[in-house]
Amino acid sequence: MQQEVRNRKRKDLIFALAGLFSLVFAICTLLVLVLDLWTTGFGRIDYNFLTSFPSRFPAKAGILSAWVGSLCVMLVTAFVAIPIGIAAGVYLEEYAPKNWLTTIIELNITNLAGIPSITFGLMALGLFVYKLQLGQSILTAGLTLALLILPIIIVTTRESIRAIPGTIREAAYAMGASKWQMIQHHLLPYSAGGIITGVIISLSRAIGETAPLITIGALTFIAFLPTSPILHEAPFISFQWLKDSFTVLPIQMFNWVSRPQAEFHVNAAATGLILLLLTLVMNGIAIAIRYRFRKKIKW
Amino acid sequence: MTFVELLIGSFLSKHGIKGVFMTRASLKAIGRHIDLQILATSLLALLILLLTVKVYAQSPIIKIDGSSTVFPITEAMAEEFQTSKKGAVKVTVGISGTGGGFKKFCRGEIDIQDASRPIDAKEMEACKKAGIKYFELPVAYDALVVVVNPKADWVTAVTVEELKKMWEPAAQGKITKWNQVNPKWPDQPLKLYGPGADSGTFDYFTEAAVGKAKSSRGDYTASEDDNTIVTGVATDKYSIGYFGMSYYTENQKKLKAIAIINPKTLKPVMATKDTVEKGEYQPFSRPLFIYVSESSYKKPEVKEFVTFYLQSANQLVPEVKYIGLPEKAYKLGEEHLTKSKLGTKFGGHSEVGLKIEDLMKREGTL
Repeated sequence: MQQEVRNRKRKDLIFALAGLFSLVFAICTLLVLVLDLWTTGFGRIDYNFLTSFPSRFPAKAGILSAWVGSLCVMLVTAFVAIPIGIAAGVYLEEYAPKNWLTTIIELNITNLAGIPSITFGLMALGLFVYKLQLGQSILTAGLTLALLILPIIIVTTRESIRAIPGTIREAAYAMGASKWQMIQHHLLPYSAGGIITGVIISLSRAIGETAPLITIGALTFIAFLPTSPILHEAPFISFQWLKDSFTVLPIQMFNWVSRPQAEFHVNAAATGLILLLLTLVMNGIAIAIRYRFRKKIKW
Repeated sequence: MTFVELLIGSFLSKHGIKGVFMTRASLKAIGRHIDLQILATSLLALLILLLTVKVYAQSPIIKIDGSSTVFPITEAMAEEFQTSKKGAVKVTVGISGTGGGFKKFCRGEIDIQDASRPIDAKEMEACKKAGIKYFELPVAYDALVVVVNPKADWVTAVTVEELKKMWEPAAQGKITKWNQVNPKWPDQPLKLYGPGADSGTFDYFTEAAVGKAKSSRGDYTASEDDNTIVTGVATDKYSIGYFGMSYYTENQKKLKAIAIINPKTLKPVMATKDTVEKGEYQPFSRPLFIYVSESSYKKPEVKEFVTFYLQSANQLVPEVKYIGLPEKAYKLGEEHLTKSKLGTKFGGHSEVGLKIEDLMKREGTL
């Protein structure tokens, strides 16, 4: 009997140690990576680095066109993916009848979330660049990344909605609310925390994507910014920037890494650090939002 | 009630939607959403503001794509050109590789193509079908350097035959030790590093060493990033690899370049600016090109850029660590443009061991 208990306790200890080891291993790898980037790249980051265009002189080169490009692409991605993703998620969870067709659709969406990103790039090259003639533009890139993160947003939306107790729905109906009112006034506000977290995490995945953008033909050397969306004469707003060529942070980084000069490798490390920082900030915002919404919900 | 809630309420009632379901509570709920929207909109406004910094008016764009080997030269040209034009002309440069670039070039998607080898027969065919005519302009020399680990003291020079023995397709799985290539070399594993099959460097090396472009053994460590080859050879005593000269110049302490026995003079020659210019470093020095589409050349900005390219080459090419062509070659290039001498001088395949001036005198074919 005592032997048995000792055995179980030993197994418990072994599992705890294995878990701890896995954790330390994961953290250490990340830490080494970040430290390496930090020691090589941090000294390079200054105001000029953020406000200069790429150059053949490593010391003069900057990432202005890259980070502006990244932001513009993310803007398009967010504009397209968030409404469509949330609406599709709500529909699938609340409206869609449960039959074999919806089951197949659901299965496919879950599958899409795991497809290698380069496949999306190839699809976008055929569809957006050649069929729809959108060119190698910010719009094409934004749409491509939107498609890439759409499944993630749909899945997280559904998960967050599903977590709301059925009694809430019934209470709303009992008060005479229509289905849309119930969704609008109850489901969406209560699940907003989860949905927004999912959205931001998927956006921070999209910002680091390189492969699909290279496939659609994103460029490497861009020493100008997209056209201004604000004009000085009527109609004051311009969407020309959507059709402009662009580069993004990961592509700029990739280009510098493959150069022979060590000074360019330092630039690449600095760019990596900025990208890491951006992802960290985005994930931080996600955590803060989730916390705020969780606190607000009082059932 | 916040201002926004009032606004929504008045908006809805104005459009005939009576306040039946606009209870205070539901307005609050909408208001909560609106707060988020305000947050989002203000963030957006901020972004848009950011984007307006330093923006140029609508200006013509010159699109360039192609070889990553030629990229540093074209990048320098694009940088200087845009500075001198103060943003009146935009230049974009991509790195799809020589092969990938030619595909775009022959579809008419780009104005100028960077190429680390001459256009090949298939690409000529594609361009012809699409009706794309082009100028072929050599812009610089590059040398392929064969490198070994600094501890590899047994080898200082190789012949082209030895390289062929190492790299030809027949060597796959068979030539695995140094002494199988040359009995004087040690009985140790031979580890090969080289660029991947999409690169023009690979095409040229196989053409020069094996005799047929793209004909290489497959069981070597291939990388599209030459720095991987540098690291590979620098850390492995029994390795050998090849890449463009600039990667060697930047890593001289980590690597040892070996001399190539010139097939004609039978003398070992190291890759230097001097030996490349004199045409002694053979067969591994090669010209780099830009291809300019004829229809694009009719645009004034492209014409201006190409002229700028040829006239600044003597100053900018050495700056980015490539070897410039003789002044005469650039002059001949300009002449080709003004006299509209179109087409390639190679007829669809690389030629090894050419003097650039002789090359330029040939008639081009499309």
